[in-house]
Amino acid sequence: MIHINIEKKLKAAHGDILLNLDIKIKKGQLVTLYGESGAGKTSTLKIFSGLLQAEKGLITVANETWFNSDTKINKTPQKRKIGYVFQDYALFPHMTVVQNLEFALEKNQSKAIIEELLQIIELGALKDRKPDTLSGGQKQRVALARALVQKPEILLLDEPLSALDIKIRLKLQDYLLKVHKKYNLTTILISHDIGEIHKLSDWVFVLKNGLVEKMGTPTEIFINKKLSGKFKFKGEILKIEKEEIVYVISVLIFNDVVKIIAQESEVKNLNLGDKVIVASKAFNPIIYKVE
Amino acid sequence: MTWEPLLLTFKLALATTVLLLIIAIPLAYWLAFSKSKIKPVIETLVSMPLVLPPTVLGFYFLIAFSPNNSFGNWLDSFLGIKLVFSFTGLVIASIIYSLPFMVHPIQSGFSSISSNLKDAAYVMGKSKFNTLTKVLLPNIKPALLTGIVLSFAHTVGEFGVVLMIGGNIPGTTKVASIAIYDEVEALNYSAANFYSSVLFAITFSILLLVYLVNGGHLKRFWK
Repeated sequence: MIHINIEKKLKAAHGDILLNLDIKIKKGQLVTLYGESGAGKTSTLKIFSGLLQAEKGLITVANETWFNSDTKINKTPQKRKIGYVFQDYALFPHMTVVQNLEFALEKNQSKAIIEELLQIIELGALKDRKPDTLSGGQKQRVALARALVQKPEILLLDEPLSALDIKIRLKLQDYLLKVHKKYNLTTILISHDIGEIHKLSDWVFVLKNGLVEKMGTPTEIFINKKLSGKFKFKGEILKIEKEEIVYVISVLIFNDVVKIIAQESEVKNLNLGDKVIVASKAFNPIIYKVE
Repeated sequence: MTWEPLLLTFKLALATTVLLLIIAIPLAYWLAFSKSKIKPVIETLVSMPLVLPPTVLGFYFLIAFSPNNSFGNWLDSFLGIKLVFSFTGLVIASIIYSLPFMVHPIQSGFSSISSNLKDAAYVMGKSKFNTLTKVLLPNIKPALLTGIVLSFAHTVGEFGVVLMIGGNIPGTTKVASIAIYDEVEALNYSAANFYSSVLFAITFSILLLVYLVNGGHLKRFWK
């Protein structure tokens, strides 16, 4: 059981916010911190790992105190034994893949784990390459493997997949699930991707301005509340054309341009560049398997 | 016309550079990562030699190190060190004089590294010292090279400080820049030209090497 109860003032883009959390995480769970940027997600991971210090509070892991502002206990990051995957991967550029992993070894730790991890992440063939020559997905796998070298019980993932395209992201989600189960990890993930959260996590904390706004299973948080039988997408108007008697509006939704037919009365209030919501009753949607 | 002043110049520059490197790495590390309130003061002190005339530095060194004053007297009687008109004195004065040329490149090197690299090493259980030697320093090699070369070249080129504190003792404190001044005063232009041209050629080569290396022009040879 992990218990994080902390308070810290943070400098955010729009003024200071007070990060004030009280969260409990069961052993073996994969939980997600979800929320807008600037809500305090990364700071929470940094405080938990000891890289940042909270002003007040208590952090305990399995009845062991890592931080207690009252008794002035503060374990250094070196002693907290966690695996941390940074958003920018933080691979050491002057070391090869295998050297990056070896650097993470503890004193007198056997090198067997490195072979094992290289196999799990399927990077044996690239082990003598420098990080600069790897693709984003490969770097991500190296960073994940490196975080696991010391066999930590807790793994922290700061938006590990956000910079990758959807295909690689889906594959890496499988890697994450695989290692989470194989090494009996307790994992804290920061993610913006609702699909990813559904697939991976047992529990979600929604952070807003430094506070826990909601918590629950991914289904409770993301589906039940919004269940309306409707598809709803946010987009931006790129083009409005008149064709015969109707108008065709081109809307950019994520990376796709969708053409939508509209009446003159609907077009009246719309301009190029407007942010709009495109909604439709989903009576009979078609589902394709992508991967 | 002898090689002595030139050899002395390079001996001084080498000693200064090596000692400076040892001093500057921890100092630059502190300046790059500390959040202390006195940091601006220390930064200012480190940068002072950039703007202060060398003669001012030399003058105060001369006063401070003189055996007629308490500090110089203490050095002399307790440690048996004479810093005025001696090679050791020159080295100490040169270290102060060239300090910003070593500290600034290394400091900006440290600041430019993503702090996540440092953090990543810490959560792996690596000590601060281990992180410094295994992660930070290898990633700021160009900054180290720049610092080393600039300090070396700057020490080769110093004149005012040396003249004030070292004087003009052949084989001890008469470095090339002083010798050139000396020869010109004696209207001995061919000797002055000899020292000058050697200095010119060597400093040009050193600086050229830095730009070639840091610009990546030599990568195919040393990778």
